[in-house]
Formats: sequence, C-alpha cells, structure tokens
Amino acid sequence: MKESSHFVHKYLRSSKRFPHIWCAGCGIGIFMQALIRVIDKIGYSKDEVVLVSGIGCSSRLPVYVDFNTLHATHGRALTFATGVKLANPRLKVITIMGDGDAASIGGNHLIHAARRNVEIVSFVINNQVYGMTGGQSSPTTPYGLKTTSAPYGNLEAPFDISRLVEAAGAVFVGRTTVYHTPQLERLIEKSLKKDGFSMVEVLAQCVTYSGRWMGLASPVEMMAWQRDNAITVEKAAEMNETELAGKVVIGVLVDRERPIYDKEYGKLAREKLKV
Amino acid sequence: MTRVDIYRGWCKKCGICIAFCPKETLVADKDSVPTITDLESCTGCRLCEMRCPDFAIVVTKDEKQKTKSGSAAG
Ligand SMILES: Cc1ncc(C[n+]2csc(CCOP(=O)(O)OP(=O)(O)O)c2C)c(N)n1
Ligand code: SF4
Ligand code: SF4
Ligand code: SF4
Ligand SMILES: [Mg+2]
Repeated sequence: MKESSHFVHKYLRSSKRFPHIWCAGCGIGIFMQALIRVIDKIGYSKDEVVLVSGIGCSSRLPVYVDFNTLHATHGRALTFATGVKLANPRLKVITIMGDGDAASIGGNHLIHAARRNVEIVSFVINNQVYGMTGGQSSPTTPYGLKTTSAPYGNLEAPFDISRLVEAAGAVFVGRTTVYHTPQLERLIEKSLKKDGFSMVEVLAQCVTYSGRWMGLASPVEMMAWQRDNAITVEKAAEMNETELAGKVVIGVLVDRERPIYDKEYGKLAREKLKV
Repeated sequence: MTRVDIYRGWCKKCGICIAFCPKETLVADKDSVPTITDLESCTGCRLCEMRCPDFAIVVTKDEKQKTKSGSAAG
C-alpha cells in the first residue's frame, strides 16, 4: 500500500534539505507542525501569510515554509513585522522569536509592539537558553542554573515573558508547552483569530543545552518535565506563590480588547490624508 | 484499521512518539526507529504524529473507526 503523505509537505519548501537542521527531539519542530496544521485548518492562503523571525534556532523556522517569509535580524522580528502590517494590513503577519531574541536584544520591541497593539501574532519559543550560539543564559534562564556563560550558576532572576507582555498591553496572551500539543494548537488558533497584538509563549525543549544544564538527559525527559510541572490557569488561581514556584502556568492568560494601532492608523490616513 | 506510517528517512530516533503513545503501540526497533507490533491497540489519537518534531509519522484514521467514536476496530 502507498504511504500516506504528511500534510506539512504541502507547505515545505522543496529547495530546503530535510530532515531539518534542528537536533533530534528539539521542541521547535513540534511547534512548527502545530502552526502549519492550524494555518491549514483555518484555510489561509500561502500568499496572505507572512512569517517574520529574528535570529536563532527558533528563528530558522520560516526558512523551511512556503509562505511569505522574512528572516530578519536578531531581536528585530517585530519591527519588520510592524512595517509589513502597516504597509499591507490585509496580510496575516506572524512573528517567530526565541526567548533571547524576544526578551533580551528584542525586549524593547516586544513591549512596544504590545503597547501599540499592532495586529501581529507572535510566538515566543522559550527554551530558556541561547540555543544557536551554544547554551548561554537568556533572560528566561532559571536562577542558579549553570550555563555556558554562567559556569557557577545564573545570578539573574528570569523574566516571565507572558506577564511582561500582559503588563505592556497585549490583548491576547497564552502559554503552553510542546508536550501539550492539542492545547498548543488551540492557543495558536485563538491567537491567529484575535484582532490586535497577541502572543503565545511556547515552552520547548532545547535538548542539547538547556536539557543538559537542567540535568534532563533526553527530549523524553524534558517533555515529561513539561507534563509534570504544568499547572492550568484555573488550578493556579487556587494556589499560592510558594506552591507555584518552579511551575509553568498554562492556558489563556489574557483575552481583552483595546484600540488596534494599524486600524486607527488606517482610519486616520483615510480621514486626514484621503488615502 | 487505522494506519500509522513512519518515514525512516526523516526520523531522528528521539523516542518522543514511543514514550508518549498512550497505548504503547509504538516500540523501538533495533535501530531505535519506532515500529508497530500491535496496530489493533492504536486508537488513532494522532498524538505521535503531532509530537514528532521531524514530521516522520502520519496517522491515517479508518473512516469506519471514526463513526465508532474512537473505539478500536475489531
Ligand atoms: C546583533 C546580534 N547579536 C548577537 C547575535 C548572536 N546570536 C545569534 S542567535 C542568538 C541567541 C539565540 O537565542 P534565542 O533567541 O533564545 O534563540 P534559540 O536559538 O534559543 O532558539 C545570539 C545571541 C546575532 N546574531 N546578532
Ligand atoms: S541547539 Fe537546542 S534549540 Fe537549537 S536545534 Fe538544538 S536542541 Fe533545538
Ligand atoms: S518522534 Fe519522530 S523523530 Fe522522534 S523517534 Fe518518533 S518518528 Fe522518529
Ligand atoms: S495514534 Fe495514538 S495510539 Fe496510535 S500509535 Fe499514535 S500515539 Fe499511539
Ligand atoms: Mg532560546
């Protein structure tokens, strides 16, 4: 019997070499499949989707897929994406960033994109480390963890990216892990359908570095960790800070409405400039 | 019956599909690539397909089985 073909093949660039470059068991591939599955399910055309990324292992994702793609500079995915959205508001503009990309070099762009509420759907692949450059601490590396750049343990407290983006004004914020794949797909779908700036933080394993730093020897152990340490938003509401220490709260964290920058801008341009 | 196709050429032997299959339908062969010993046990839940980082598994659900709300086809 003929093998049935994987639906992602419709979206992969035939000019790229597969299997892809990511290490065996890396969580980025799981996210990539989920994103494509949801895009396929909603039925966006390839031409109306724009994927913008920065630099890093996570940011390599758009290279592999046959949408409009922009592999920009480190930390600047959101600036390029803002320009694309304002130039052509009909496009579905999506950014893919790593935790370093989004929260250290690109931290300012992240908070201001959320504050402006430009309609961009952003995904932060949080593997708690700089994967591509060799396992240095990122702004989400847990306190005390030994990394390439912190051989005696990380002295910095980690950012909670979701809370940061919530405080900055994002209208939709969700968080989950790649272990929770069905929920990941639901959050991707919700964020794609939301008007305004949305972000989904996706906890994903970097097997080669953060796994090693955390003493988790395999992708299976890392995903079991995600399974065992995730707490739903509903359950977390009944827990105190001590009980929640070291846990990952998953689900829809924010869903609200605020004026959307690109829509207001379009209105203004039509009224005042008659364009 | 549900079909589970595995593309050996793209599999990186990470073991995720095997470890988290709820029915232990998938087992590692001598090269650590997943293989199926007892397809009857597969519920067609697709979790292995969804969690494979390398797009190396496709689960094709049998139409008849779908109408039986996921119960294993006999
Ligand atoms: C302006 C600039 N500074 C530094 C670098 C080096 N660099 C490349 S990727 C990266 C960090 C990657 O970490 P993250 O964004 O978390 O992505 P990951 O690889 O973990 O997915 C850094 C510092 C760069 N490419 N450009
Ligand atoms: S270094 Fe880490 S993040 Fe990069 S591909 Fe390997 S496992 Fe994934
Ligand atoms: S999850 Fe995919 S890559 Fe990993 S062992 Fe299974 S088939 Fe191979
Ligand atoms: S479809 Fe579900 S039950 Fe069947 S092999 Fe995959 S994970 Fe196991
Ligand atoms: Mg990272």
